[in-house]
Amino acid sequence: MTPVPVAPLDAAIDEVDTHPDDEPIAPPPRRLGIPFSPWHLVLIPITFLLLVPLLWMLITSLQTSAETQKFPPQLLPSQPRWHNYVDAWQAAPFGQFFLNSAMVTFVVLASNLVVCSLAGYAFARVKFLGRGALFVVLMATLMVPFQVTMIPVFLIVKWFGDNVWEGLGIDHLGALMLPNLATAFGIFFLRQFFQTVPVELEEAARVDGTSRLGLLFKIVLPLSLPALSTLAALTVLNSWNDFLWPLIVITSTDQMTVPLGMSYFQGAHVVQWPLLMAANVMSLLPMLLVFVVAQRYFVQSVASTGVKG
Amino acid sequence: MAEVEFRAVTRHYPDGVSALKGLDLTIADGEFLVLVGPSGCGKSTALRLLAGLDQPTTGEILIGGKRVNKLPPGRRDIAMVFQNYALYPHMTVHRNLAYGLRQRGTPKAEANQRVRDTSRLLEIDELLDRKPGQLSGGQRQRVAMGRALVRRPQAFLLDEPLSNLDAKLRNQVRGDLKRLHREVPVTSIYVTHDQVEAMTLGDRLCVMSNGEVQQIGSTDDIYNRPANTFVAAFMGSPPMNLIPAVVRDGMLHVGGAAVTAATTPPGPVIVGARPEHLHLHRGFVEGSVPARVDFVEPLGSHTLVTAIVDGRTHERAAIGGQRVTVYAPAGTDLSPSTPVGITLPAKQTYFFDAASGVALSGTASRAIAS
Repeated sequence: MTPVPVAPLDAAIDEVDTHPDDEPIAPPPRRLGIPFSPWHLVLIPITFLLLVPLLWMLITSLQTSAETQKFPPQLLPSQPRWHNYVDAWQAAPFGQFFLNSAMVTFVVLASNLVVCSLAGYAFARVKFLGRGALFVVLMATLMVPFQVTMIPVFLIVKWFGDNVWEGLGIDHLGALMLPNLATAFGIFFLRQFFQTVPVELEEAARVDGTSRLGLLFKIVLPLSLPALSTLAALTVLNSWNDFLWPLIVITSTDQMTVPLGMSYFQGAHVVQWPLLMAANVMSLLPMLLVFVVAQRYFVQSVASTGVKG
Repeated sequence: MAEVEFRAVTRHYPDGVSALKGLDLTIADGEFLVLVGPSGCGKSTALRLLAGLDQPTTGEILIGGKRVNKLPPGRRDIAMVFQNYALYPHMTVHRNLAYGLRQRGTPKAEANQRVRDTSRLLEIDELLDRKPGQLSGGQRQRVAMGRALVRRPQAFLLDEPLSNLDAKLRNQVRGDLKRLHREVPVTSIYVTHDQVEAMTLGDRLCVMSNGEVQQIGSTDDIYNRPANTFVAAFMGSPPMNLIPAVVRDGMLHVGGAAVTAATTPPGPVIVGARPEHLHLHRGFVEGSVPARVDFVEPLGSHTLVTAIVDGRTHERAAIGGQRVTVYAPAGTDLSPSTPVGITLPAKQTYFFDAASGVALSGTASRAIAS
């Protein structure tokens, strides 16, 4: 039996592989000859600047009170005091604070998604008298700072508490929910996104026998998941971190939210920095979780794949 | 399946634009009617009015003898194929097809059965679990057809369904559409600006321009008996030659030459002739239109010669630079400016009123005394 002539074949393949025709496929040479993008020289320092406060918070939460007062600041605690977290949790009814924050955030989130979707869709697609003018008014409210409206809002909430239901009134969780059930920003944000959903999809669904509300819930909203997730993340963040409004309307400890509860560690003359920072770290964890979960929606965009561009 | 009727339907927009100026049209049960015309002629408006996506300003629309003006799109029992397909991107092909059925309360088992039947008919049963984003253009087009077909509607509305396909695929799908309509003869209204699609697909064609119907008829009617210069010039590729001419003393004068006898009343007329019916001669021949070659386009099977009609007499102003296109045998090679004579055919010469463009009753065969 004669051996199969492997070598010449290999040689032939090698020759083909190194054929000059392949050269255009190779990546173009980098202009600066450095192994990273020049942008990194800008972005890495900025990232570091943004991380410093977080790191400092984490470090402080593990220090003793004495260590936090040193100058220059001590960057690493001599011995991490994990017990600060236990102390902070026990110093105030944080379980209650977390529960209150979670309830307020959940109601505000659910209501925002529903109400802003309905209103945003109406502004985007339903033709009604005064739509343009109403939208301008809505936009105008975005430009009024909260400090201007907080006293009128306080009076309105108080009126609701006195005349409609006590749970909505001052010093109740309802007072934290009521003014935030829908936001002008949420309506504007969703309207802008809804306008990018191809109108033919809705027309096709109308021919298929979908009602107006069905269009929103079966066609437009499923295609708007990226926008809804973004709005959800922003709403949760705002609601969870809100401090000024709860400070105005809540006085009882059992109605306090987490940011308000933190003021426990801020006395008139002394601030218990390690405990405050430990509580801060704990209040931050739910927000980190929200971002980890919602992040994949930020990069996902499906709205235009069914229509050939 | 049902008859569809437009009765004096108009659509005026608030900004003063009239998209439709009185459409009267009856589409018979099972007929394939093509609405054809340039963009902005009102053909898509007519389709949207029929679908209920837009409301007529005046007039009535009837489906199966029932007035549907006030009915929302979902209750008109029509299905529509959109130009960009408008498949629901977040649903699989199966759910896209079943969606309309489920919206109408068809039981799940029956809906599934019909989706399977339809997908087999259109050969998309392999794609049922995919989402529109994972399909090619041709596959999306078939899914869009399937979504309409699965509903077994009274009428099919197709809005330029082939315009997003490449030329090769378009020819293939055109054939598929024709076969499909033979197998499932649902009343179909097909909108296109492509006259080849219109002529090959339609049982009947409705040529529109500026919101008005120009002519309704079979491909043969439209091509061989155009009602006016618009239809004559719009249908056919290359389009019909339209040459200003004068009838004087019973003779037709084109480009200063007495071409042939004519029975139409004396005065200016427009003479029409299709490129394939004209004959080209080298040099001037008695009874031909004198012209000079402008350019030559060889097309393999034949050659397209474009010539400019000479205007040596007082008619020069009217016809100066008038181009005429003629089919010549393959291999015809004429250099620019070569003098040629173009003979009008005895039977396929058309006469149109010079002012209105309407076809004159003195048809070609009678007009030409040979």
